[in-house]
Amino acid sequence: MSTIQPVAGQSEQHPDVALVERVRAGDLSAYDTLVRKYERQLFRISQHITQNREDAEDVMQDAFLKAYEKLDQFQGNSKFYTWLVRIAVNESLMRLRKRRTGKMVSIDDNIETEEGSMPRDFADWAPNPEQNYNQAELAEILRKTIQGLPEGFRLVFALRDVEGLSTEETAETLGLSVPAVKSRLLRARLQLRERLTRYFKKTTPAVASRVNGAEA
Amino acid sequence: MKCTEFLAILDDVIDESIAAQTRAEIEVHLRKCGHCEVVLDTTRKTIEIYRCHEIYELPSEVSERLHNAIMERCKKAK
Repeated sequence: MSTIQPVAGQSEQHPDVALVERVRAGDLSAYDTLVRKYERQLFRISQHITQNREDAEDVMQDAFLKAYEKLDQFQGNSKFYTWLVRIAVNESLMRLRKRRTGKMVSIDDNIETEEGSMPRDFADWAPNPEQNYNQAELAEILRKTIQGLPEGFRLVFALRDVEGLSTEETAETLGLSVPAVKSRLLRARLQLRERLTRYFKKTTPAVASRVNGAEA
Repeated sequence: MKCTEFLAILDDVIDESIAAQTRAEIEVHLRKCGHCEVVLDTTRKTIEIYRCHEIYELPSEVSERLHNAIMERCKKAK
């Protein structure tokens, strides 16, 4: 049984490393712990890519099973979580490809657009703008807005900003260069900002500035 | 600093990976440019709002069903 090499430069061992070792030694309960730890993240990522709930549920299951079966191939030179996410991303893209009747799907689709690379709407947002919507309305706005992004931007934003992967981990997971991740991240952030401004901007600037002035 | 120069490093500003010298130039620019100030502030809020709100919820009963299915499949796999 091969052992996991610690990540270079890291003095403390990530708790996942011990769990992975236990799974390799035949302890399925350790894998249960890992699944519980990351199932929500994997579901969200799969949903971000497939944009379909049933597909995301299937992808999540398939990704965890594949990771379990291929655990011996995990070298430990990246985090277990990053390795898992890469499997889920690949499974999601394969699922999309099936749904689109065999058309090749890559994260480079539809990114050749200049839209959103320069801000156009400079309206400030209302203070706590999310409070103007109930939870369901807000979730719908956020879903609709991020779903409108090109795949390659949406995925970079989801992994880097929502799931908290580093720029380097995002690049490794998606098979992109670090500059490509940075360029897509900037455009994703700007496009989302622009689109959310339609919902969240101050509706009556004159009144709002008077109120703000009074509070200051 | 011009607005285009500020936008080119917006991500680094948000991720706080900016050298002290550049940070000082940014502060000077932001004091003069309301547009860039709004873009910085609302881009930060955009990230924050996506981090704080679950847009793809996984209800606990679904999560439990999927979890059990995964573990069943893993048991059979080896």
